Amino acid sequence: MATIWFWLVAAIFAVYVLLDGYDLGAGILYFVLPQDVQEKKQILSSIGPFWDANEVWLIAGGGTLFCVFPPAYAASFSGFYLPLIIVLWLLIARGLSIEFHHYIKHPVWTPLWDAGFFASSLLLALFFGVALGNLLRGLPLNKDAEFFLPLWTNFSIQGELGVLDWYTISVGLLTVAGIALHGALWIAYKVSGRLEEAASTFARRAIWMVAALAVWVTLATFSVQQHARHQLESQPIGVLFPIVALAALAVCAAAIRTGRQLKAFFASSVFHAAMLGTAAFTLFPYVLRSNVDPNLGLTIYNSNPGDYAMKIALGWWIPGIALAAAYSIYTHRRFAAKVTSEQHAQPY
Amino acid sequence: MDSAYGLHRLQFAFTITYHYLFPQLTMGLALLILILKTLALLKNNEKYDDAAQFWARIFAINFAVGVVTGIPMEFQFGTNWSRFSRSAGGIIGQTLALEGVYSFFLESSFLGLFLFGRSRLGRWGHWFSALLVFLGSWLSGFFIICTDAWMQYPVGYSIATDGKLELSSLSAVLMNPWAFWQYLHNMTGAVVTGSAVMASIGAFYLLESRHVEHGRIFVRLGVTVGFIASVLMLFPTGDGQGKMLGMHQPVTLAAMEGVFQTQNGAPMAVLGQPDIERRRLDNPIEIPRMLSFLTYKRWSAQVKGLDAFPREDWPDNMPLLFYCFHIMIGLGTIFIAILGVEALLLWRDIIWNSRAALWTLMMLLPFPFIANTAGWITAEVGRQPWLIYGVMRTERGTAAHLSAGNVLFTLIGFMGIYAVISVLFLYVVYREIERGPEVVH
Repeated sequence: MATIWFWLVAAIFAVYVLLDGYDLGAGILYFVLPQDVQEKKQILSSIGPFWDANEVWLIAGGGTLFCVFPPAYAASFSGFYLPLIIVLWLLIARGLSIEFHHYIKHPVWTPLWDAGFFASSLLLALFFGVALGNLLRGLPLNKDAEFFLPLWTNFSIQGELGVLDWYTISVGLLTVAGIALHGALWIAYKVSGRLEEAASTFARRAIWMVAALAVWVTLATFSVQQHARHQLESQPIGVLFPIVALAALAVCAAAIRTGRQLKAFFASSVFHAAMLGTAAFTLFPYVLRSNVDPNLGLTIYNSNPGDYAMKIALGWWIPGIALAAAYSIYTHRRFAAKVTSEQHAQPY
Repeated sequence: MDSAYGLHRLQFAFTITYHYLFPQLTMGLALLILILKTLALLKNNEKYDDAAQFWARIFAINFAVGVVTGIPMEFQFGTNWSRFSRSAGGIIGQTLALEGVYSFFLESSFLGLFLFGRSRLGRWGHWFSALLVFLGSWLSGFFIICTDAWMQYPVGYSIATDGKLELSSLSAVLMNPWAFWQYLHNMTGAVVTGSAVMASIGAFYLLESRHVEHGRIFVRLGVTVGFIASVLMLFPTGDGQGKMLGMHQPVTLAAMEGVFQTQNGAPMAVLGQPDIERRRLDNPIEIPRMLSFLTYKRWSAQVKGLDAFPREDWPDNMPLLFYCFHIMIGLGTIFIAILGVEALLLWRDIIWNSRAALWTLMMLLPFPFIANTAGWITAEVGRQPWLIYGVMRTERGTAAHLSAGNVLFTLIGFMGIYAVISVLFLYVVYREIERGPEVVH
């Protein structure tokens, strides 16, 4: 039961990355691709009806983690105190930038909303990657299953740890690159005109960068984390995750070349899901690994809330998530049309 | 308030108080918008559709701010109250995750559809999306109330050998009798806010002689629904909630009423300043024997005072509790009186000619927000010194390894950000009201 929940939590966060990933990516490219105000509007319109609901997957993911692994939720949220509150501020800034772009259309204020949207998207992607890097590297959990990390110390994975070090920043950079690729593929699929071309060209170039960073981070993970090597030795089948990820990237590259935009976008989704699968696989059965002493880590066995709670939660969670998926598919279909460059308003 | 403990509490209190200014309006408006959409269908009148659309725009702005200020609430359970989350997460994790999975997706998916789908969805489809937005927001309120009610009156759990609390019955948590009364009381409170805002804006238009037809719809609906809701606040919902307190938190009831000494024929204090050191109410204005009568329906009944309970179990900010309770009750009574008179004038159809009546209605706007906020402070300060009543003291729930400096840093950050949000929000809502409900078809 706890194993099922481990993978369901991993899955819901993966869905979050795939969905909110494309609108974060669109934000990262907001100052890169568009050449004029009209194209900026196209980018905003392409995510307009979706970004808010996409973000709910993060909240649902956090809620699910709280529900099925409360000690892990408590330890990680309080241990990452500052970075998490900063993530909150970024989420607020991003939400307000998008909303007020729409409400206050004024030449003096629009640059502020533009900058807020871009900067918060970029920093959120970076911080999410850094957070994942921290989980993979392991945390200084003490005997009360608590830890506290400063934002940075000496950027080394030895000695007193900080949230930011060379390894976690590498994961963060991979995330930024991967999310930017994902966003470019979304834009290419959702808009028409010059911007569509620009997004495809960007994706074609960025994919090499993503591939190189993915290989580097995967190798670094296995060298930084003994437990990852141990997992791979005891369950060699797990090697499938990184293989699927690289294969998906190859399919994606081919699809971009042949101009099949939706296929490229889905291939990129498989890539991100498989990378997260790799991460979850190297972590299992830990939810939070302790660098102080492996026995102090929070596993799915010592941090679940008991059989009754897990079973009853499964009973309502599956239908609830099925409904949520149905809403998401419905709204994506409802607003399936491409955003043209002439369109002024949001494409609702 | 320079200890980490004090700052944890201050940050949660500040962010939740600010946050709840927005959902109380959206939950109230969700019902009113649904009523407007239903009237539009029944009367086959487009004016009601335009009115619904206008309030949906106000709703959307409030919803956006409600969402961005709501996410910090879910985070803070983990970031600042980690020991509480660790031991009680098995229970309240359920209700919080239920809220995320069942109501947030519903609300966020269908609000966009409602706002921009009027021409695409058809009349019934559009009505249906209003229904789903209403369901989503009221369901969200339900799960949050279940969470708070469990902290007020914990049920459906057992204590494991390691001291962790384990869920033993989810249905008991969702059907907590405390949650039943608290939910009804809270939601009627939200309806009072929504109705008062609607009536107030309507009165403003009528006083300005602008958008007269819509102004009348707003006043008619706002006053009617607002009057019904404000009566329901008192009875049965407020009464039901009071009985719960009397049964399960008698010390809180004594502190709210400012009763220091156990006495027969206890008076009800209308005003006064609690003096904890001397254990008395300074400058009291009291109605003799009223409290005994209200609580036990006998004029000479004995009412337990704070002296009947150990000092360490008293709510730790008793004066604040006393004031907030009295602000809530006082404003609630005033709402019934004012809205009652307005409803009478409306029924006799003379409200439209009375500038005084319309002006009073317009000035009503901020007060339900104050009453709802005071009510929540009463509930939460009244629960102190317990985090989970009778089970966990508040000081045992914090993230013990966080320094006060870190918490102050984020508290100041929140204050700054929320100040900016307030300015933007007021500007945008003001502009929306200026623009008015008239739609060029």
